[in-house]
Amino acid sequence: MQDVTTEKKEYVPNIVAFCCNWCSYAGADLAGSSRLTYPANVKIIRVPCSCRVNPTFVLKAFQQGADGVILCGCHPGDCHYVTGNYYTRRRMALLFSMLNYMGIEKDRTRVEWVSAAEGAKFAAVMNDFVKTVTELGENKRLTDLRVKEGE
Amino acid sequence: MKDVELKMLERAKELLANGEVARVVGWKKGDFCYDPSPAVFETVEELDEFVYDYFCGANLSKYLINICKKEGKTAVFLKPCDTYSFNQLVKEHRINRENVYVIAVECMAKLDIEKMKAQGAEFVMGVEVVDKEVKAFSPYGEKTFYKPDVVLTKCATCEKTHQVKDEEIILHERPARDVNRFAEVEALEAMTEDERFAFWRSQLSKCIRCNACRNVCPACSCVKCVFDNPNSGVAAKANDDKFEEQLFHIIRAFHVAGRCTDCGECSRVCPQNIPLHLLNRKYIKDIDGLYGEYQAGETADGKTPLTSYTEADAEPKDVFGEVK
Amino acid sequence: MQRIGVFICWCGSNIAATVDVEKVAEVIKSEPGVVFSANYQYMCSENGQQLVKKAIKEHNLTGVVIGACSPRMHEATFRKAAEEAGLNPYMVEVANIREHCSWIHKDMDEATEKAVILVRTAIAKVKLNAPLQAGESPVVKRALVIGGGIAGIQAALDIAEAGFEVDIVEKNATIGGRMAQIDKTFPTLDCSACILTPKMVDCAQHENIDILSYSEIEEVKGFVGNFSVKIRRKARYVDETKCTGCKICMEKCPSKKGLNEFNMGLNTRPAIYIPFAQAIPNVAVIDPTQCIKLKTGKCGICQKFCGVGAIDYEQKDTFIERQYGAIVVATGFKPIELDNFNEYGYSDNKDVITSLELERLMNAAGPTNGVLLRPSDGEHPKVITFIQCVGSRDTSGCGKPYCSKICCMYTAKHAMLIREKYPDTEVHVFYIDVRTPGKNYDEFFRRAVEQYGVDYIKGMVGKVYNENGKLMVQGSNLIDNEQITIESDLVVLAAAIEPEPAVRKIATLLTTSIDTNNFLTESHAKLRPVESPTAGVYLAGVCQGPKDIPETVSQASACAAKVIGLLVKDKLKTNPCVAMPDETMCNGCSQCANVCAYGAITYVDKEFRIGGGKTEIRRVANVNPAVCQGCGACTVTCPSGAMDLKGFSSKQIMSEVEAICKM
Repeated sequence: MQDVTTEKKEYVPNIVAFCCNWCSYAGADLAGSSRLTYPANVKIIRVPCSCRVNPTFVLKAFQQGADGVILCGCHPGDCHYVTGNYYTRRRMALLFSMLNYMGIEKDRTRVEWVSAAEGAKFAAVMNDFVKTVTELGENKRLTDLRVKEGE
Repeated sequence: MKDVELKMLERAKELLANGEVARVVGWKKGDFCYDPSPAVFETVEELDEFVYDYFCGANLSKYLINICKKEGKTAVFLKPCDTYSFNQLVKEHRINRENVYVIAVECMAKLDIEKMKAQGAEFVMGVEVVDKEVKAFSPYGEKTFYKPDVVLTKCATCEKTHQVKDEEIILHERPARDVNRFAEVEALEAMTEDERFAFWRSQLSKCIRCNACRNVCPACSCVKCVFDNPNSGVAAKANDDKFEEQLFHIIRAFHVAGRCTDCGECSRVCPQNIPLHLLNRKYIKDIDGLYGEYQAGETADGKTPLTSYTEADAEPKDVFGEVK
Repeated sequence: MQRIGVFICWCGSNIAATVDVEKVAEVIKSEPGVVFSANYQYMCSENGQQLVKKAIKEHNLTGVVIGACSPRMHEATFRKAAEEAGLNPYMVEVANIREHCSWIHKDMDEATEKAVILVRTAIAKVKLNAPLQAGESPVVKRALVIGGGIAGIQAALDIAEAGFEVDIVEKNATIGGRMAQIDKTFPTLDCSACILTPKMVDCAQHENIDILSYSEIEEVKGFVGNFSVKIRRKARYVDETKCTGCKICMEKCPSKKGLNEFNMGLNTRPAIYIPFAQAIPNVAVIDPTQCIKLKTGKCGICQKFCGVGAIDYEQKDTFIERQYGAIVVATGFKPIELDNFNEYGYSDNKDVITSLELERLMNAAGPTNGVLLRPSDGEHPKVITFIQCVGSRDTSGCGKPYCSKICCMYTAKHAMLIREKYPDTEVHVFYIDVRTPGKNYDEFFRRAVEQYGVDYIKGMVGKVYNENGKLMVQGSNLIDNEQITIESDLVVLAAAIEPEPAVRKIATLLTTSIDTNNFLTESHAKLRPVESPTAGVYLAGVCQGPKDIPETVSQASACAAKVIGLLVKDKLKTNPCVAMPDETMCNGCSQCANVCAYGAITYVDKEFRIGGGKTEIRRVANVNPAVCQGCGACTVTCPSGAMDLKGFSSKQIMSEVEAICKM
């Protein structure tokens, strides 16, 4: 039974997706033109290459209230810029491992390779990521990591 | 150690006297026996203040960035661990190798006065070290410590050897040891996410953002730190931006990943005793495990793990071990 | 003061059906900095663009945000419109409210809310946009082809035919490459020399082609449209301009024991030689490691007999420096060394040979004048066993992991030619798989089996050993599931091919990427297969991956088309969204150059004021905007954030992150 007086809005996680212009952003476009649905709380930022994504961007997103951050790029070996995503892969592997080491749930961060032809994969990945992050609930930890005296 | 100090002093005098070098970088006496500080000696007279003992833990390599720009050659005393930082700085073109004369000196593990104080040492006037026994003298008498209990954290697991030397001053044999520098990292990894979060939250909350770690770190030697760069989007200049406040240590650790030689200076200088080396060592451990053993500063050339790749590198999702 | 104009497109009902476009335009009106907000049915239409242009002029807009379809669709359209209205085209940002919003969401409130966030994010970015100018760089109308095999020859001819000058730099004394060594070509069985040598002659005679044989690339500077290349012309001790190719020197030379490279060392040649009859240039060369005069100072017979005085023992390497607009790499391949394959007894038995050696043994101009005789005793071999995949598809680490692609076809060719010429010869072929895709290829292979009765055995060979003068080939027959031993007179190994080792140095000089097998990497495996990631450098032939002659020729012509497309331009427009270091913050640490796939970053020593009237010299990064492709890898590697990317600056992206996270 629903109690109207204490009705709570259903929790919707805030998801930021960084997509490379050449593969994943185009994959997201294809998901759109194929009318494949995924939740509206996934919002995309376009970057030329996944290797443009600085860890500070990821951390900033979390700090600004994102509950999950996902990076999408061309499949390894298919990078428009030849080697960009190989660097992304190492950087994010290390960054995510570090965040988890500090107690941030590992499922809040993700890297996926989505080609321009994989509209269906893009939608599926986003649906799955939203589901995973919804289960984790709100992201508090990263902003709580440092408690200043008196707070 | 006194014999080593005398030998060093003798060499420093020679080098300055015969004009082979314009200056010598070493340590000079402090107000107390346990606070010697890095110093530049330009004349033989100045060397009266020279000291090298069990409290000379500071890494001198970073000072060379500016010093080696001066005219003439600079002689520097480097302990094993310092030579890695030196190499890394040469690799990054921050030190001009040709302008520096490296005298590799033995270390024998340095003492941590804070640990000694915590174990009851008061008004220490001098120490004497024999094997694993440390005797501290004070006006109230003498107190003995078990050396492994009172060495600097960075020395406790050090297995480093000299990577650079134009000459070497080693008078004592170094005892063999069997240590695992990743033990603390492994212990943290074995915890649950909640426990790890609690640990780091309690540690990082102590941070007063004094920048001591950044200032001492040989890898943190940027002309301008990203946190002071108005174009980086991370600088904490804007009002109410807690970003830097909250995420400084994560970003700092990432920036030195693959370049950190594990010299341990960050933890040594932290006034709040935050075990910052555990962040760097986590990266080192991950890099070793994922991309093959790598010791920053072992050579003065080549790419670092974060500026190289292989086609078969692990995917980010596969890097997590057993999930707790 | 920023004056932003926002334009929300309905895209007919494509956007308007799910996003309340009027509401979005209304809400956005009150955003700080926004001075104009409108919505229209089709922003990309002529009328829509007029609306944008008019607003730019009337409202003096400093930035424009279009809420419409994907920027991949119409960003260029709106940039052009802005430019026409006098606004820098890079002051336009597109919020993707169709593909990323209206098309994927059903709920109007939800989609409208998201559209507002996306437009706000674009506004946050555009506020930090800076006007950018596409640069221009001139094009030197001359091409360099590295390697004078069939790939280089074809590319050079095509480029020259289009009216551009081409230099072919070939490290050997003649052009022609591997194809010149081949006897017959599959699947037509026409004579290789007969189709290749006319092309070689064409090259020599073409007014636009300059053949620099016996030369190597020493240094490459510059970038697309403007390469400067230093070429080493190795001393051949023969004046190229005087030698007539009469070969009297070859006859008279007393030092005749040099291994003939052209015949894969199966016979010998004099110290002064012309590699083969149809060599281009038809000019002799002296092997300094073999020449008695050059080694001891005594002899000089060739000089005495040379009627034109072409011999010059004092000749030294010389260097020339030339400018090029484009470079084609066509360095080709060689068969792998077989040191790792002792089981086949190649080094112990003269009668175990490679397929390329067999080509020479079957060629009319070869050491046996085209009569197939075994190297050990000059007898006709009666039983010949071929072993395929020697070092190809080898994951053990001894050979190469890839398929060499040409071996199945040439082995079928060899088997067929032998059965045709010597019907009394028994021919066996051990294979792992037979791979013969290609026009008329599988038919060709089937002919070998069905018409010529070649015995194909599926299985690998474990060992080849000599027993009483016979080569015993021990292998497994997987179809019959049995171990067999074939007593053979000649064993032919289909050795894997690998890129010519010199390509590594060339890749470094060109700062283009190379894979773990030493094949050069193409810019995009599917869509840009002949372009290297370094702009202005193109790849032809086996240097890019194993391929046969028709494929090589196609790729070479494709390269030529790309080169011509580049050289016809007088100036190149460069992408202004490139990396840009802030020198005052740069450490000069070289990390950025380490991750740059294009070699766009170099370092210079610069003087900086450090206060107190003093200056200091610091090493700082320098990005060549004509070479930088704008990926941003360097920006993340830079610890101080000194390196930034125009059009996608750290501040812009951080600002987008902030805006997009606000629910």
